[in-house]
Amino acid sequence: MSTDRFKDNKMRFDLQIIASWIEPGSKVLDLGCGEGDLLKFLKENKRVIGTGIVRVESKVAQCIEKGLSVLHGDINEEVLDYPDNMFDYIILSLTLQQVYEPAKLIRSLLRIGKKGIVSFPNFSHWSIRLQLLLTGYAPITKQLPYEWYNTPNIRVITIKDFRRFSKEIGFNILKEVAINTNNHDKEGSVIRFLPNLRATYGIFLIGKGES
Amino acid sequence: MSEYIEHDKNGISVGLVEKKFFTFAEPPHEMILESAEKLGPITIAYETYGRLDPDKSNVILILHALSGDSHVAGYYTRDDQKPGWWDIMVGPGKGIDTNKYFVICSNILGSCMGTTGPSSINPKTNKPYGLDFPVVTIGDMVKAQKALLDHLGIKKILSAIGGSIGGMQVLEWCVRYPEMVVSAIPLATTTRHSALAIAFHEVARQAIMADPNWNNGDYYSGPKPNLGLAVARMIGHITYLSDESMRHKFGRRLQNKSDFSFNFDADFQVESYLRYQGAKFVERFDANSFLYITKASDYFDLENQHGSGSTVKAFSKTRAKFLVVSFTSDWLYPTYQSKAMVQAMKKNGLDVSFCEIEAEWGHDAFLLPNDRLTKLMKGFLARVYRQIQR
Repeated sequence: MSTDRFKDNKMRFDLQIIASWIEPGSKVLDLGCGEGDLLKFLKENKRVIGTGIVRVESKVAQCIEKGLSVLHGDINEEVLDYPDNMFDYIILSLTLQQVYEPAKLIRSLLRIGKKGIVSFPNFSHWSIRLQLLLTGYAPITKQLPYEWYNTPNIRVITIKDFRRFSKEIGFNILKEVAINTNNHDKEGSVIRFLPNLRATYGIFLIGKGES
Repeated sequence: MSEYIEHDKNGISVGLVEKKFFTFAEPPHEMILESAEKLGPITIAYETYGRLDPDKSNVILILHALSGDSHVAGYYTRDDQKPGWWDIMVGPGKGIDTNKYFVICSNILGSCMGTTGPSSINPKTNKPYGLDFPVVTIGDMVKAQKALLDHLGIKKILSAIGGSIGGMQVLEWCVRYPEMVVSAIPLATTTRHSALAIAFHEVARQAIMADPNWNNGDYYSGPKPNLGLAVARMIGHITYLSDESMRHKFGRRLQNKSDFSFNFDADFQVESYLRYQGAKFVERFDANSFLYITKASDYFDLENQHGSGSTVKAFSKTRAKFLVVSFTSDWLYPTYQSKAMVQAMKKNGLDVSFCEIEAEWGHDAFLLPNDRLTKLMKGFLARVYRQIQR
């Protein structure tokens, strides 16, 4: 995994990796696209035809001002309208942990897209394990910086959990990378040894199951 | 819907503009209307701002709503009290930048601001048409606009933009002439009126027709049905606002008095406002035009006229890139109606952006200064203009 060529752009490190997985000229749907940084990068550098979905009006506006195609709405509802295999890639970056019905969303994602790219904060990072063990309080980290009562992150997911989830739901993991970075960090490193313990994020390229 | 017009706060304007006219469909080549009736000759009043690119790729067509006209921006004379109805949006450096784009707006068929309508002279009788004017549809309005664009030698529209009934024309353009429309911005509009919208229009029409001066539409040589038209306008204004905006704007405040008058004068500010708007409207608008245009908008049904009952099928004809905008407090054309059209566009794999803007001003929000709307339109137009130049 070469990430050197992304060092100069200002995207989050996990987004840099996601961008490196996307074939030029693809059709991409970014669920929870934020301010559209990834879509803008993909459009300018990879000739991607992109669409984003985002719930917050001000972010919708920022995206459209940047010249992106973006829909104002809830990702769980908006994915239902698209025809099968409409997109080459559906991106769900750092959003899965906020989804109420993850299995349903992943199924929709692999219905409307040929492949999915899913990233999430790894809840089994050693610092989280240690916090719970030593303090007895719900862990708070740079990646998951909220108290239990105000967090939008209603799911705790580990890299191992996601692998097991793929078998239960019936989708294939085509590629996975574990990374260590801080939220909004532009740089990070790929973790190859003991990723479930040492990585702050997991990023998965997923495809439809055999059946 | 034009009581908001003010001079630009920064003094930025397209400057002096001129209303122009184009006449076509001279007998025996009349236009065949959707009702199968013939109409001709037809005169279209229109205005243009900005400069047309040599390759004619920068055309923006603005479609106006019920009571609008071709006068979108700028001034006819230096002494004009008010600029055009969307001066906040159209001008140098504004949301629709006249330094970049060539803007065209024409008065709709059936109106009374220079384009042929029921108050125009019927060449067969040398008297105003009145109810002899055939019922026109949104499709007929768009066909007439197409004739104007043909006359101007324009084959591509970079963007068709309009709100409310103007938004209906935007959608009609996209499905009727898909090869011409590169992009479209339908604002606060719908593919078909709800029963609620039709109901308000019907009450407004009944108010006009109940005025004895209306005289079956034949009033041009005598007193006009001003009372009926004013009441129709008052009804319209209620639907353009919202509970919230009326609460803020008027509340239960009294008009120039400290207590009730215990008679039927205008006690409340809201009553006084509606009376004022009604009275002002009759000075500039024709009652029959009001009947014809409201009817045209009630008849509009994109799914039935272009998709055999399916919105998805209706939009399968268009290739335009869309920016759909609705407003949270618009209860005349609520967001669910915009979302339904966005859904149909998505099912067709069309390039569509959608934003529901938080605004308290009801349906009229699209006419009010709104930084968000301005920036959305500016960004969207810049993108489609870049793409067409590649």
